[in-house]
Amino acid sequence: MVAHVTTPFQSIAEIRANLDDGTYSCRELAESLISRIEEHDNDINAFITVTADDARSTADAQDVLIAKGQAGPLTGIPLAHKDIFCTEGVKTSAGSKMLDNFIAPYSATVVAKLKAAGCVTLGKTNLDEFAMGSSNENSYYGPVRNPWQTSHVPGGSSGGSAAAVAAGFCPVSTGTDTGGSIRQPASMCGVTGIKPTYGRVSRWGMIAFASSLDQAGVFARNAEDAAILLSAMTGADPRDSTCIDAPIADLTQELSTPLTGIRIGVPEQYLSELDAPMADLLTSALFEMEAGGAKLVDISLPHTRYAVPAYYVIAPAECSTNLSRYDGVRFGYRCEDPEDIEDLYKRSRSEAFGDEVKQRILVGTFTLSTGYYDAYYRKAQQIRRLIHQDFVAAFNSVDVIAAPTCPGPAFRLLEKISDSIAMYLQDIYTIPVNLAGLPGLSMPIGQIGEMPVGMQLIGQYLDEARLLGMAHQFQQRTDWHLATPTLQATGVSHG
Amino acid sequence: MADWQAVIGLEIHAQLNTRSKIFSAVSTAFGAAPNTQASLVDLGFPGVLPVTNEAVYEKAVAFGLGVGATINHQSVFDRKNYFYPDLPKGYQITQLDEPIVEHGHMDINCADGGRKTIHITRAHLEEDAGKSLHKDYAGETGIDLNRAGTPLLEIVSEPDLRSAEEASTYARQIHKLLTYLDICDGNMAEGSMRCDANVSIRPSGSSELGTRTETKNINSFRFLEQAINHEIERQIAVIESGGRVVQETRLYDPDRDETRPMRSKETAMDYRYFPEPDLLPVVIDDSFISAVRDRLPEMPYEKRARFQTAFGLSEEDAETLSGNRSLADYFEYVASASDPRQASNWVRVELLGRISKDSFNSEDVPVPASELASLINRISDETISGKIAKTVFDALWQGETDSVDAYIDAKGLKQVSDSSDLAPIVTAIIANNTKQVEQYRAGKTKLLGFFVGQVMKETGGKANPKQVNDLVRIQLDTV
Amino acid sequence: MAVNKETVLTIATLAHLEIAIDQVDDQIDRMNRILDLVDEMQAVNTHEVRPLATPFDQVQRLRADEVTESNQREKLQSVATRTSDGLYLVPRFVE
Repeated sequence: MVAHVTTPFQSIAEIRANLDDGTYSCRELAESLISRIEEHDNDINAFITVTADDARSTADAQDVLIAKGQAGPLTGIPLAHKDIFCTEGVKTSAGSKMLDNFIAPYSATVVAKLKAAGCVTLGKTNLDEFAMGSSNENSYYGPVRNPWQTSHVPGGSSGGSAAAVAAGFCPVSTGTDTGGSIRQPASMCGVTGIKPTYGRVSRWGMIAFASSLDQAGVFARNAEDAAILLSAMTGADPRDSTCIDAPIADLTQELSTPLTGIRIGVPEQYLSELDAPMADLLTSALFEMEAGGAKLVDISLPHTRYAVPAYYVIAPAECSTNLSRYDGVRFGYRCEDPEDIEDLYKRSRSEAFGDEVKQRILVGTFTLSTGYYDAYYRKAQQIRRLIHQDFVAAFNSVDVIAAPTCPGPAFRLLEKISDSIAMYLQDIYTIPVNLAGLPGLSMPIGQIGEMPVGMQLIGQYLDEARLLGMAHQFQQRTDWHLATPTLQATGVSHG
Repeated sequence: MADWQAVIGLEIHAQLNTRSKIFSAVSTAFGAAPNTQASLVDLGFPGVLPVTNEAVYEKAVAFGLGVGATINHQSVFDRKNYFYPDLPKGYQITQLDEPIVEHGHMDINCADGGRKTIHITRAHLEEDAGKSLHKDYAGETGIDLNRAGTPLLEIVSEPDLRSAEEASTYARQIHKLLTYLDICDGNMAEGSMRCDANVSIRPSGSSELGTRTETKNINSFRFLEQAINHEIERQIAVIESGGRVVQETRLYDPDRDETRPMRSKETAMDYRYFPEPDLLPVVIDDSFISAVRDRLPEMPYEKRARFQTAFGLSEEDAETLSGNRSLADYFEYVASASDPRQASNWVRVELLGRISKDSFNSEDVPVPASELASLINRISDETISGKIAKTVFDALWQGETDSVDAYIDAKGLKQVSDSSDLAPIVTAIIANNTKQVEQYRAGKTKLLGFFVGQVMKETGGKANPKQVNDLVRIQLDTV
Repeated sequence: MAVNKETVLTIATLAHLEIAIDQVDDQIDRMNRILDLVDEMQAVNTHEVRPLATPFDQVQRLRADEVTESNQREKLQSVATRTSDGLYLVPRFVE
C-alpha cells in the first residue's frame, strides 16, 4: 500500500501548486491514485484498463521537466481516457467484445495532444458499448457503479470517466457526448462536464458512434479544471474534415467575468414536465445566477419534443454504417471456423455485438432502406434544422440557455434496462444540443435523496469560454461541486 | 438483327492519376506489394476519418470542362452501403444526389461518316475498392487493399449508343480526352479505365426501352465490343425464343466470349445511400473553375487542326497523330525539330507499324523523339540515304545504339558525295561493263540505273544517289 | 409504421446480423416500440425545410495532393486474425 500523498479530490490548481512547490512528485501522485484505483475500483468498475506502468514512466518524465522549470499547466496532471479514444499500444475496446482484442496501432488526436501537454494517463475507462447507452449497463466489461451509491448507475455512456472523477481516481477525464453522454453522467456523478461545440475537438481516433453528433469533452471537479483541460484538446486537425479550422482556444479567459448582465434563457418546454424536487433545485440555481447579476428570460424552443424521435433515427442510421467495418477481417473479433464469407460476417458480428448495439444497427438499417428513407432519415434531418433554427432564434434574445441536464438523479441498476424508451428519454434535455451542434455544460446544483443532480448551460457556437466562466462564477457562490462521496474500502485489491 | 435495335449506355470508371488517394495521403502507385499502400484510413480502422484530396476536384472539373458540362458549385459525398471483402468500411464513399459534374456531351464519328452527340448524364467522384485474389491460400481468398481509396471518376452516359461499335468509339474518345487532360493514365491493362455496359434491345422503330442488363468491369475496347455484341445476341435469342430479359448484373468472360450473371454481388441489394457525415459539402467557386480552365491543355480537336495548319498534314494524318496525347507530344517534338512531312511519315509508318496507336506511350518507345528527329535531319542534309536511315532506325529500335550520329560514324554509314571519291569508282564500273556500255550508247538509256546500282553496291549504299547519277551520265555521255 | 417478421429478417440480412428464431417476435416488438417513438416526428410539417446533415453549415477544407504516409503493413496486420503473404484472408467466395 502506497501512502496517499494528498486528498484524492484536489483540483488541477491545487495539484499544480503542490507539484511545483515539491510537496509531492508526479510519480508520488500517480502512485497514490493507482493504489486508490486498486483499492476501490472493484466496487466501481470505472476502468477497463489501468496503465500503471505507462503512468509511472510518464510521471517520472514529467518530474524531470518540473525540476528543469519547464512545467506547463498540465504537466504531471493525472487523467483517464474514455476507452473509445484510440491509444497506441493499449487495448481500446469501446466497451465491446468486438474490440476486446484490439491493441490500437495509433493514438487519437485528443490522446496525443494531452500526452504532449504532459498529462499522466492512468488508464482507459468503462463505457456503454460503442457509447450507446445512458446508464453504462451496456458494457461488455460489466456495469459501472455510481460512487455515491453503488446500487445506482453512474449514467452513460461515459459512466466510467464520470465515476472515476467522482470517486477521486483522477482529477479530470475525457469523455464523448453524442446525445448527452458527458452531461448526463456528470449530472448523476456530481461533477462538472462539458461537451464543446461540434467540431471544436478533433474526432480523429475517437471510435465513431454517430459521426455528425459525436463530440469529445471532459469531466472535472470544477469549471476551472474543465476549462484548462478542454483548452488543451482544441484546435484544428488536418485529419478531421469536420473539425473547426480555429487555433487552440484559451477557454479560461472568461473565468473571472462576472454574471452581471448575462441573459439566461429559460425554455418553458424544458421545465414543464419536471418532477418537483428537480424543478425546485433548478429554480434555486437560477435564483443564484440571478443573485449574481444574470438576467432570466423566458424563451421557447417549440420543436424540443421532436428531438428524441429525430435523434433515434439519425444516430442509429449513422451507427448502422459506422459499425459495418467490424466484419472479422482486419481487426476485432472473428468467429471460429466460418463456413463462408457470409457466415464470417454474420457470426462475427452477432457473437461480438451486444443487444443494444444490434438493436440500433437494425433500426438504422431499416430507416435508411429503400422506401423508408424519406419518411425517416430525411424527415429527421428536416426536424434537425427546425431544432437548430429554434436555438438560433432563441439566441437572438439571450446569451445562454439554462435547462435541466436530465430528468432526475441516478436510478438503480437494472431499473430501466428492459425499457429502451424510458432509457432513451433520459437524454431528452441533452439531445437537442447535439442535434444543433452547440456547446453544453453540466454542473452540480444540489442533491435529491443524497444523489447529485446537475444543471445544463447551453451556449452559442464556440461560446465554451462563457459557459465555463458562468459555471465558475456559480461555483464561487456555491459548494455543490465540492461534495464528494465516501467510498467503502473492500480490501480486495485490483487484479 | 435488322428487327432489333440495341440501346446502350456506358458507365466508365477512370482512375484519376493523383499522387495520393482520394481520402488518405497514401501513394496510388500501381504494382506495390499487397497491403503496403493501405493505411489506417484505407483499411477503415476504428476511429479514422477521410480527408478529401483537392486534386480530385481539379481533375473532375477539367473533365467537366472538356465535355462542356455543368460544374456544380456544391457537391456532396454519400455513403453507399454493402458488405464485400474488397470494401473495408462496409460502404463506399461516392456522390449520389449532388455530383461534381452533370449534363455534358461528346460528339463521335459514326460508321456512316456522320457525327452523333452522346450525352453525358453525370460524372461523379468516388473511391475504388481493393482486390480479391482467388489463388489458393489454403482454400481461402486473399484481400489486397492497396487499390482501396484510389480516386475514381465515374462517367455515366445517357443510353444514346446504338451499337457495340458506337460504344467503343465513344469509350475510345473518352479515353483520349482523359489522357489529353492528363487526369487518367489510361492504362487499361492495369485497370486505370474500366467500363460497365448497360444493354437492352427493343424492336426497331419502337421508342420504349427494354429491360436492361449491366455487364461490369470490362477493361479493353475489344472486349467492350465483344461483350456488348454477345449481350445483344443473347437478349435477342432470349426474346425470340419466347423468354424475357431479366434485369441483372453480368460479368464478361473474354476467354469464353460470353457474359454470365454475377453470383454474389448486388443480389437484392439495398445500398441505403445517405450523406457521408464525416465530410462536409464541397463548395468550389468560379475562380477555382477558371483556374482549372486556364490550365487546360489543348483539346484533341484543337491539336488536330493545328497539326494540319502548322505542319501541312492531311486531316486523316493529323487525326492519327493527335489520337493519343503521348503520341501527339512525340510527333510534335519530332516535327518541330525536323522536316514535318518526313516526321509524319516516319511516325505513322515506322512507329505505328510497330506499336498500336491506342497503347502508344512515348516512355515505352525505344527510339527517343530527339533521335528520330536527328535521323530525319541526316536524311535532309544528305548525310545518309533514306534506305540507310531505315537500318539506323532498326538499330535504335533494337537497342543497338542510342545515338543516330554516333551509330552513323561508328558504322561508317556516311553518304559519299565527294565527286573526287566517286569518280574513280564510276570509271572502273564503266570499264568493267563494256557490253552494257555499248547497249547504252546504242540507245538503251534505261541501263543508266544498272550503272548507278553497281556504284551503290560498290560503295555499300553510302554514295549519294543523286551524285552517282550525275557522274555516271557524264562519263557515259562523254566518249 | 410497423415492421413485420419479413421486414425484420430482411433488415437483419442487410446488416449481417443473426436473429435467433425464438427471438424474432421479441425483436419485432422492440423495433416497433422504437418506431412508435420515432413516428412522433410525422406530426411536424417539414414542407420545404432543407435537411440539415451536419450540425451547422460549414464548407469542406481540402487536402493538398501529397503522399505523406508510408508502408505500415506489419504494424496494421498485427491486429488481424488471419493474414498470409501480406494478404488478409477470408473464406473463399465467388464473384
